[in-house]
Amino acid sequence: MSVLFWLLAVASVAAALGMIFSRRAVYSALMLAVVMLSLAVLYAVQDAPFLAFVQVIVYTGAVLMLFLFVLMLVGVDSSDSLVETLRGQRFAATVAALGFVLLLAVGVGNAALGDVAGLAGANAGGNLQAVAGLIFTRYVFAFEVTSALLITAALAAMVLAHRERRHPKLSQKELAKQRFLGPHPTPLPPPGVYARHNAVDMPARLPDGSPAELSVSPVISRREPERREEIEEGEKQ
Amino acid sequence: MTPINLIVLSFVLFTIGAVGVLVRRNAIVMFMCVELMLNAANLAFVTFARMHGNLDGQIAAFFVMVVAAAEVVVGLAIIVSIFRTRRTASVDDANLLKY
Amino acid sequence: MGTGLEWAWLLIALPLVSGAVLLIGGRRTDRWGHLLGVATPLASFAIGVYLFARMLGLPPEERHHDVSLFSWIPVGSFQVDVGLLLDPLAICFVLLITGVGSLIHIYSVGYMADDPDRRRFFGYLNLFVAAMLLLVLADNFLVLYVGWEGVGLASYLLIGFWYYKPSAAVAAKKAFIVNRVGDFGLSVAIMIMFTTFGTVSFGPIFDNVDAAGTGVVTAIGLLLLLGATGKSAQLPLQSWLLDAMEGPTPVSALIHAATMVTAGVYLVVRAGPIFEAAPQAQLAVAIVGAATALFGAIIGCGKDDIKKALAASTMSQIGYMHLAAGLGPAGYAFAIAHLLAHGFFKAGLFLGAGSVMHAMKDEVDMRRYGGLARVMPVTFVTFGFGYLAIVGFPGLSGYFTKDAIIEATFAFGGTAGTLLGAAALLGALLTAFYMSRVMFMTFFGDRRWADGVHPHESPRVMTWPMIALAVGSVAAGAVFTLGGRMVTFLESAVGAPEEHHAFNPFTPIGLATLAAMVLGAVIAWTSFGRRPVPSTAPKGSFVTVAARRDLYGDAVNESVFMRPGQWLTRTLVFFDNRGVDGLVNTLAAFVGGTSGRVRRLQTGFVRSYAMAMFVGAVAVVAALLLVRL
Repeated sequence: MSVLFWLLAVASVAAALGMIFSRRAVYSALMLAVVMLSLAVLYAVQDAPFLAFVQVIVYTGAVLMLFLFVLMLVGVDSSDSLVETLRGQRFAATVAALGFVLLLAVGVGNAALGDVAGLAGANAGGNLQAVAGLIFTRYVFAFEVTSALLITAALAAMVLAHRERRHPKLSQKELAKQRFLGPHPTPLPPPGVYARHNAVDMPARLPDGSPAELSVSPVISRREPERREEIEEGEKQ
Repeated sequence: MTPINLIVLSFVLFTIGAVGVLVRRNAIVMFMCVELMLNAANLAFVTFARMHGNLDGQIAAFFVMVVAAAEVVVGLAIIVSIFRTRRTASVDDANLLKY
Repeated sequence: MGTGLEWAWLLIALPLVSGAVLLIGGRRTDRWGHLLGVATPLASFAIGVYLFARMLGLPPEERHHDVSLFSWIPVGSFQVDVGLLLDPLAICFVLLITGVGSLIHIYSVGYMADDPDRRRFFGYLNLFVAAMLLLVLADNFLVLYVGWEGVGLASYLLIGFWYYKPSAAVAAKKAFIVNRVGDFGLSVAIMIMFTTFGTVSFGPIFDNVDAAGTGVVTAIGLLLLLGATGKSAQLPLQSWLLDAMEGPTPVSALIHAATMVTAGVYLVVRAGPIFEAAPQAQLAVAIVGAATALFGAIIGCGKDDIKKALAASTMSQIGYMHLAAGLGPAGYAFAIAHLLAHGFFKAGLFLGAGSVMHAMKDEVDMRRYGGLARVMPVTFVTFGFGYLAIVGFPGLSGYFTKDAIIEATFAFGGTAGTLLGAAALLGALLTAFYMSRVMFMTFFGDRRWADGVHPHESPRVMTWPMIALAVGSVAAGAVFTLGGRMVTFLESAVGAPEEHHAFNPFTPIGLATLAAMVLGAVIAWTSFGRRPVPSTAPKGSFVTVAARRDLYGDAVNESVFMRPGQWLTRTLVFFDNRGVDGLVNTLAAFVGGTSGRVRRLQTGFVRSYAMAMFVGAVAVVAALLLVRL
């Protein structure tokens, strides 16, 4: 038991630190998955099998996938710059974090935690049945309100993500016309050709070595070229 | 597996999440850190449930998960719409509301 | 008391209502407005004549009727009722105002025929007449003050009638402001009267005037005199009158003959008991009157503008009236008689001047006139009668009234009487000179007309009022003065003189007056009648230049009041900006500067705010632990 705890504790803290220090958002998401799975195991060993499964299914399965989905949607740039722009932000964050942990530890250390009562009695008829009994009796009002919250959130997401179509949708014929009468009758260069990366936001290289801006989707190419050059230089070193 | 260890683990994870919110600029990563903080709180809830021998803590953790799911949906939608207009996911770039 | 006198309120109400209709009705009343405007003063005149007849039918001691209308300010011990006092003095003014006023209204129908705003003009004229009637009919000082202010307002509106002319607008403002100075004196006098006597009604105040201290009464008298100088354009508040010529000529006639300037004389005569209790104030009235009589006459000698020359002569004649009113009961009747006679001949002169201007395309410079006697016979004859009346030609009205004043002045006795009398005599000489000058320059000599001017006689609607006024100018003096009619009639209202002189022209003073008149006219003839008048004004002597510039009245006002006033206000503004505002602004700048720095905390970076929240959470936890441990 203790071995399991220490294993999971070290793994989750390491993954959490990895998450905040990783330069790539996708890595951060994967680290978060590690933390969540560790916690799911910790729930399971603490007589909370229902929550453990919910953790795996809802959090790791749904929410985290949603994160990854949005990451892909807004474009996976190769990395974030970790250069701090707000003066003193990191120092202050470190000091405040250490103070916070120390204060809480002192508080917990001083609290009389007492013995562990254990959930054997409460889970006598099965954890799922017991939780359901509580949810549908004592917490039924909160549960109903939660349903309203979920519906509202779903509607809000639709409203926020919705975009009005301002131009008529182009037909196949018009698209073809546009393509062949436009400046580029040939296919556009794909990203990554002759490039050092296979990331979609990295432009392809032309034979003379200069970047081909057309190879990057306009949705993704949001960073100014100099900025991208700077990142590439950083990668080289 | 004494409860105090689990509680302290929860504190540490919570603080790491808070630091992440403070130091990361990518809005999506910030969101992940918020989720980490919520998970840390859930761990404390579950541990307290075991300590006290009733299931109220687990119910609280369950509600936290539901609310977190709703929050993620709305938050990510906001991020997407900001990204659509500003072409960036950095929270430092959205700083027009100031003095 | 018989019935009929209660209807006195109609005198005021008729022109007031018609003025309101004309001014509120606007352009809808344009077509018939002037007819209504003429009809109501005529109706008031008819009522006035009726009341006068009723009054003559009563024994003298009953010719004093109070018409109480309504309670105006019933506040504790401060009770003011609006009431009308109908007595011989008031009825004299009513007849003058409505009679001469009606003639001027009729004349205006023709004079203003081409003006698109004729209806508005008649609205103001009616308002003017109503206010003046309220002034002379009031039975207490507060209601009198309302009429007093109404006259000031109406004169402002009329002088500035052609408000699009900057000079007219400035003249109207000047008249209003100078009048305010006088009004200030009157209002302070009313306040002192209320604190001293506890009332503002004429009767109780005049009955108790002996009970008050001499100092208080003198103060009241001098303040009343200040009010009178403002309205009557006496020294030192004379400066507005000459500029007031910017208004249409009928307005000048109305202001100078029937309304406005006579209000000061009315006030002094009405408040006679107060002045009798304060001899110094009374002497001040006489001195102001004599000084203004000379002042106006000198200015009149230098003016080439026909209206300004007549205006200066008004100033001078009103000075005579004040001189007479300052002599006490001995002079009141003469002052009123001269006032009424002056109302006729001055209105006639102004209407004649208006007729000339009408013919000469609004030219006012007498050096551009000349030889109009043949072209405008009716105007010439009526103007001529007015001229003979004002200079005191034997048998005409001015002869009787002015001679009476000069004699009464010499009869006042002492050094003061002699000096004032000499001034009055000199004034008579000057009057003859400048009026003859006007006459010669306008109607005789070469035709110095500008090119394209073809003078013609005015229409009948204008000449008939002039003829009526000329008849009045000829007859009024004899009617009033012979047999002491005026003195007897006014006895019940203003008191009787101690000794009663029958009119006798063959006293030494009477002969001297006659000689002065002849001398003045002869000098004028040798200067302007016998020799050709140059079209442009010669340089002239020091005195002429001074007279042309109103004897530097404006210059004095400017240097004594305007410049120091400007300095004072500039100092106050400076103090206000730097001192009062400075303090407030410093405070505001401090708050603004502080908040300007504090708001820098709002960087717009959401992570900074998150940091603040986190630090706050740490602080809360620390505080909790500190409390619990």
